[in-house]
Amino acid sequence: MNPLLTVEDLHVRFPTRTGVVEAVRGVSFTLGRERLGIVGESGSGKSQTGRAIMGLTPTHAEISAKRMEFDGIDLLRAPPAQRRALRGNRIAMILQDPKYSLNPVMTIGRQIVETLRTHEKVSQAEARKRALAMLEAVQIRDAARVYDLYPHEVSGGMGQRAMIAMMLVAGPELLIADEPTSALDVTVQLEVLGILDRLVRERGMGLIFISHDLRLVSSFCDRVIVMYAGKIVEELAASELSRAEHPYTQGLLDCMPRIGADRHPLPVLERKPEWAL
Amino acid sequence: MTTALAIDRLRVTFDDFTALKDVSLAVESGESYGLVGESGSGKSTLLRAVAGLAPVSGGTINVNGKRLGRHRDKAFYREVQMVFQDPYGSLHPRQTVDRLLLEPLAIHGFDNSERRIMRALDEVGLGSGFRFRYSHQLSGGQRQRVAIARALILEPSILLLDEPTSALDASVQAEVLNLLEQVRADRKLTFVMVSHDLAVIAHMCDRLMVMQNGEEVEQLTAAELTARRVERDYTRNLLVASEGFRSGA
Ligand SMILES: Nc1ncnc2c1ncn2[C@@H]1O[C@H](COP(=O)(O)OP(=O)(O)OP(=O)(O)O)[C@@H](O)[C@H]1O
Ligand SMILES: Nc1ncnc2c1ncn2[C@@H]1O[C@H](COP(=O)(O)OP(=O)(O)OP(=O)(O)O)[C@@H](O)[C@H]1O
Ligand SMILES: [Mg+2]
Ligand SMILES: [Mg+2]
Repeated sequence: MNPLLTVEDLHVRFPTRTGVVEAVRGVSFTLGRERLGIVGESGSGKSQTGRAIMGLTPTHAEISAKRMEFDGIDLLRAPPAQRRALRGNRIAMILQDPKYSLNPVMTIGRQIVETLRTHEKVSQAEARKRALAMLEAVQIRDAARVYDLYPHEVSGGMGQRAMIAMMLVAGPELLIADEPTSALDVTVQLEVLGILDRLVRERGMGLIFISHDLRLVSSFCDRVIVMYAGKIVEELAASELSRAEHPYTQGLLDCMPRIGADRHPLPVLERKPEWAL
Repeated sequence: MTTALAIDRLRVTFDDFTALKDVSLAVESGESYGLVGESGSGKSTLLRAVAGLAPVSGGTINVNGKRLGRHRDKAFYREVQMVFQDPYGSLHPRQTVDRLLLEPLAIHGFDNSERRIMRALDEVGLGSGFRFRYSHQLSGGQRQRVAIARALILEPSILLLDEPTSALDASVQAEVLNLLEQVRADRKLTFVMVSHDLAVIAHMCDRLMVMQNGEEVEQLTAAELTARRVERDYTRNLLVASEGFRSGA
């Protein structure tokens, strides 16, 4: 079977005043209808990889790849109109910064309704009902109140869940979720993962799950890519994470605080320059 | 021991919605106090109320024995600094890291700004190469480190930390947590720290409050949490959920 997404030798570069920043340096992977985790150090290029697939790379950046294909569509050569159409419908991304990506002058409810109505012809009343149901599905307490709030009036985790609700109404085939649960308390986090899990298992969605939470990724994903300095340094089955070979991955596993382990200070990574080669 | 922060029956109301319902707590000077709980339960609102950024409709807040009024003066922000949950919203995107760090120093009339900026960047593990970047050119975790550097640069005695490491990968999280512990020990700082990660709170805090729906669920010591000696089911559920995802639920 053909994979849903193929990425081969992706590069993203930013020219800046102090030189070129190589944010992504030759990333390759394929994705089927599965849950692929991307973990890695802060600044290692996880978000920029996701944005490149979405077509959300800033215009002044240089982007290149040998191949970047979604369901047979060449993303690098697709005209802007086709990419926009894909973005609204078949490919969706939950951005890392929910408040920044929600429209600040529109209520949460209206944003979900507008997304829904670009996909389906439904009456205003029906759209409202569906939007409220979505907010409840992502475990928002008091959905009717939150429906009428502006983004700056909701908590960090509520903003994140509003983004997820918008994605749910769009029903994409490929979802890139960039730290979608980093602001959620652990019980709500599990509910949200349950929703994503069902979309993969029941609707056959492909999921790229970007996270720095290794514990979560290894319990949730099928496969994990580990990035360091813009490159993939290791790829493993999620269940094999504890058998990771790269010292960066091993170090990551060791430096998390654990309940009951009294380690002060926490072990930190000794980064080796050769990891970035 | 003196009390650094005393909150008594604090109430915060947005229009007709009560986000904090008579919450009380006391944090001793030099202590590290954690807030965990449901998303939307009022953790950020509590910190923001202390910082003078939420509509308080009842109760009192005392900082170092002084009762706070409606407005916070310059002296308050020398004593109390906050790191916000949202590393995107809290830093002006069109300012360079250098400007962001210089501004509080200038406002409060600190000398040696050059040395202080270099040290602050170094402390949070960002090299001098980041100094003249704009904040929109940084990754999520890099921004959060700038926000922490900015709070520390004024050498406050109380630090309010709202999810300071939830945008960071585990390796940087460990560095930032170690850094925060180090400066707390060196400078005898008082912390109030929000995190949804129980392990982070157990690691960093002496005592904590579990919150739900604008109210206290319970207060306990980190040792009690670690030993799972908890009173309330909600806290127990949080402990179970911390163990990770189980498919097919
Ligand atoms: N507009 C830009 N100009 C210059 N450099 C940039 C720009 N945007 C991002 N970068 C750099 O690209 C690199 C990769 O950033 P990216 O956002 O992909 O990191 P990340 O892996 O998602 O990190 P985090 O876990 O902190 O979110 C970082 O070093 C960042 O500073
Ligand atoms: N400006 C505002 N207007 C109306 N309601 C608000 C405003 N700010 C906060 N709230 C409400 O107060 C409640 C508590 O929000 P708060 O941000 O304190 O939650 P939190 O515990 O920090 O949650 P999270 O873990 O998701 O960050 C939420 O229901 C939120 O909608
Ligand atoms: Mg990122
Ligand atoms: Mg919050």
